[in-house]
Amino acid sequence: MKGKCFIQGIGAVTAQGVWSLDFFNQATEITQAKAYAQQPSYKELIAPNMIRRMSKGIKMGIFAAQQALDEAGVEDLDGVITGTGLGCLEDSEKFLKNILDNDEEFLTPTSFIQSTHNTVGAQIALRLGCKAYNFTYVNGAVSFESALLDSLQQLEAGDAQSVLVGGIDEISGHTFTLKQLIGEVKSDEVCETIRESETRGVNYGEGATFFVLRSSPTMESYAEVVDVCIQNRLELGELKEFIDGFLQRNKVERAAISAVVIGNTGDMGYDYYFDRFGRLFEDRSQLYYKHFYGHSDVASAFGMATAAYVLKTQEIPEEIVWKTGKQMPLNYVLLYNQYKGRDHSLVLLKRS
Amino acid sequence: MEELKAELKGKIIEVLNLEDITVEDINDDDSLFGDGLGLDSIDALELIVLLDKGYGIKLSDPKQGKAIFESINTMADFISKNRTK
Repeated sequence: MKGKCFIQGIGAVTAQGVWSLDFFNQATEITQAKAYAQQPSYKELIAPNMIRRMSKGIKMGIFAAQQALDEAGVEDLDGVITGTGLGCLEDSEKFLKNILDNDEEFLTPTSFIQSTHNTVGAQIALRLGCKAYNFTYVNGAVSFESALLDSLQQLEAGDAQSVLVGGIDEISGHTFTLKQLIGEVKSDEVCETIRESETRGVNYGEGATFFVLRSSPTMESYAEVVDVCIQNRLELGELKEFIDGFLQRNKVERAAISAVVIGNTGDMGYDYYFDRFGRLFEDRSQLYYKHFYGHSDVASAFGMATAAYVLKTQEIPEEIVWKTGKQMPLNYVLLYNQYKGRDHSLVLLKRS
Repeated sequence: MEELKAELKGKIIEVLNLEDITVEDINDDDSLFGDGLGLDSIDALELIVLLDKGYGIKLSDPKQGKAIFESINTMADFISKNRTK
């Protein structure tokens, strides 16, 4: 029999602070082009001789992972699976700058070691003493979904009973100056919410979001992860078929979807995909989250936290409502994300 | 020599990102590794690069490092005798 996958714990470090059950009530909408994460105190979690070498991506990852583990009450993991679009960017830039500034001499090891994308997953496992399966996915805006798909398959196949999965991305100086120059990220002068946006580009947000997934539910489970689907390229006209095909393979009618969580960013160049998606669920509650997290290649992990929260509490905080829908019990929540018309993903969560 | 020792302490703190440690916290004869400042093998590589980049000293024999990096006193002594810049 095919195994199942339940969300048992959530942890996050975001521009709004760390994950909590009253997260949305206290959140402030992002209007700045680059939303830096509010860094919690790491001293209680990480030894001083370790922390001094860690970039913020690693520290955020460790904190969010521990928060999820604490909530789930899980100690033995069968896998640590991470997703990141750009990895530990600060150290990558530092290492490359050293190469250029010093004419390929005097290269020190620390920034090189930390610059690899799988450093976060490795440091989490090292700290936990976890020698189980450890994998990092770097697949653009479906990096988290790729990690989630791997986790789901591990649990469904019975190869794992509990998995830690998450997404991490950080903001750095030089790369983001370039991203602003090419219009991927809004310029510093622009100050727009997603709803009021009239320009191209996104408000970018750094952070880390982690989940503990287990093959069996408890009374405290947030939700069941039913399925994940990824498609790199998709024409607007193919969106309906993509969604219906995904729901059909899971034997769920479109009418059974209680609410949708969309990854709209306010990017005038590509948000029409979300508009089209929304029209397929016209009378359903449509929720959004990037106005609190910002966009990143793994922001959709926070979208899944948002959906899980809604399913567990059976309440939709007004702060995350993009469009009001009819009142109904929240049984199935469908998440849709894409970035620049590519890297489309669907995640289906079910009330546990 | 005192100026060099203070400069070294500042550079070590900066290069090794020793949070919460100031120049005043490091005594000239404190052990840099082990029980003293608690540096490790990755730090040793950083210190070798520091000698090269900051003072033009290339360590030809890595075994020399143990004695040179024993304390600020031993480092400053070695640098003052061998520096090329």
